[in-house]
Amino acid sequence: MAAVEIPHDEQAFLEYVQSGGQVETGDWMPADYRAKLVKFIEMHGNSELMGVLPEREWILRAPTLQRKLALTAKVQDEVGHAQLIYRVVEDLGKPREQCLADLVSGKAKFHNVFHYATKTWGDVGAIAWLVDAAAIISQKALLKCSYAPYARIMKKICWEESFHILHGRDVILAMITGTPEQFELVQEAVNRWWGPLMQFHGNPIPRDEDPMYIWRIKSQGNEEARQQFLEGYVPQIWELGLTVPDPNLRRRDDGVWEYSEPDWDELKHVVTGHGPKTEERLAFRRRFLEQEQWVRDLVLAA
Amino acid sequence: MNEQVLLGLADDELVIGWRESEWTGIAPLLEEDVAFSSIAQNEIGHARAVYELLAEDADALAFDRSLDEYRCAPLVELRLLDWAHAIARRWLYETADEIRITSLMDALPLAAKINREEAYHRMHAEMWHERLRHEPRFVAAVEELWPYALGVLPTDQRDALSARVGLPVVDAIERGTHTDELPELWEEMTMVRRSAPAGTQW
Amino acid sequence: MIYEIFRQERRGQPFEHAGSVVAPDIEFAEAWSREQYGRRGESVALWLVPRDAIHAVEGWADEFDLKYRRVDGYSIKARLKEARERASAPGAG
Repeated sequence: MAAVEIPHDEQAFLEYVQSGGQVETGDWMPADYRAKLVKFIEMHGNSELMGVLPEREWILRAPTLQRKLALTAKVQDEVGHAQLIYRVVEDLGKPREQCLADLVSGKAKFHNVFHYATKTWGDVGAIAWLVDAAAIISQKALLKCSYAPYARIMKKICWEESFHILHGRDVILAMITGTPEQFELVQEAVNRWWGPLMQFHGNPIPRDEDPMYIWRIKSQGNEEARQQFLEGYVPQIWELGLTVPDPNLRRRDDGVWEYSEPDWDELKHVVTGHGPKTEERLAFRRRFLEQEQWVRDLVLAA
Repeated sequence: MNEQVLLGLADDELVIGWRESEWTGIAPLLEEDVAFSSIAQNEIGHARAVYELLAEDADALAFDRSLDEYRCAPLVELRLLDWAHAIARRWLYETADEIRITSLMDALPLAAKINREEAYHRMHAEMWHERLRHEPRFVAAVEELWPYALGVLPTDQRDALSARVGLPVVDAIERGTHTDELPELWEEMTMVRRSAPAGTQW
Repeated sequence: MIYEIFRQERRGQPFEHAGSVVAPDIEFAEAWSREQYGRRGESVALWLVPRDAIHAVEGWADEFDLKYRRVDGYSIKARLKEARERASAPGAG
């Protein structure tokens, strides 16, 4: 694809993207922008893929045919997203095979939430309702990404996520209005997922110091995203009679949510590959990646 | 319309859908992960549609029977977590299922709908068969699964399957007994449901 | 091979670029893009085109005043007002 006339100058590029300008694959980009972009998008792809494994177990265990179908479709979308995302990375120069190799070797990262265990059907609801909600907030902030091919796939991704949230709500509401034991399953899941959820949007680096924002790869800072999550979802949690395991959580009069400082050490520890389920999940993926190398060799050697 | 035949069809679709869901997240290509997932959803959808013909509560029929009440063919019960076998089964099952479904077209209005949806399954299976038919792994897998594949169909439909697959009719692993793999599958499939009293809403 | 995928959302609408898929041949490309761009009923048709069959075109010369052939080259308000005033003045018509 032909290139557009953007001066090969980092400052001009910066001004261009900060005033809403977008670039295409063949356009000139500062080396730093390209490097950060690839890393960011790759981590997104890795996360979609790794997010599949915690939910996979529950597809197999779904207690009704409807839930089985819905969960299968939801997880399918996530794999589909990974395909779209890795395609974008590949067009930026890093082959998908390399991305997957780096993922299973532990070299590349994926989001914290996918390093944790899922323990009950309550988790299925909590993930689709809250974890996906947190992810969607981040994803919406990518719709105007300065890198146009990524912005375009984000549109499809956000559209597909819309039923995921409803599915999540439906699962939760069925349990909340079911037996006391089911209510407890939901509460227990919320209690376990709250920490990782609060860490999910990353530490509150001011957006003007966040390269992702400076380059307009994303259009909001970490704290903005977290506040949006709290504003949208804490009232939803409370109105169902559920509690959040943070005694300091409250909404100030000026609309800002206060909360206990998330455990940033835990976040760092987990995303660098030391989560409770990291090694097991990577090993599982690695096993099949290696086992089925012959299929890719056969099929992709066109 | 013979209830046992319908239950066999529904149970086959439920269980093969379950087995194919095991590829979620670990298929050799992301695109195939997505394709297998669509196929699994279709199969479970077919199972549900047939269960609904047989009972008020499709979920109860799908999940609340005891092991020996399931009428699935041994072919679908096998855990086949290597691609050669998974595709071999896919191809064999789809070929057998076409014979079965088309034979039910007059007696079962649902058969035409199922058949139309399975056209895509057949396209997908044929695409892989084309690619893998000379691959020793695949050829060996087809031969290994052949007696199981025959067991999907009643004896009077096996010649048709033999003609399509290109292998002679042999003694089949018959429907009516279960493999030792079904209990573990059933355990996992029903564990959440069994954790709560009957009638619990999910 | 990389195939670019164009999708038509509803009959009668334009085919729009939707993404791409790496596939060994057109059969796999079709099977896989049916999934990615149709499993949620979001497309009624697709066009698959090998990426290197696409010839990209960009850049038009814009050196001289070409407003005569564009809508924004015309500002008729002032003259229209004058014409109307003349037409409604006593002794006109």
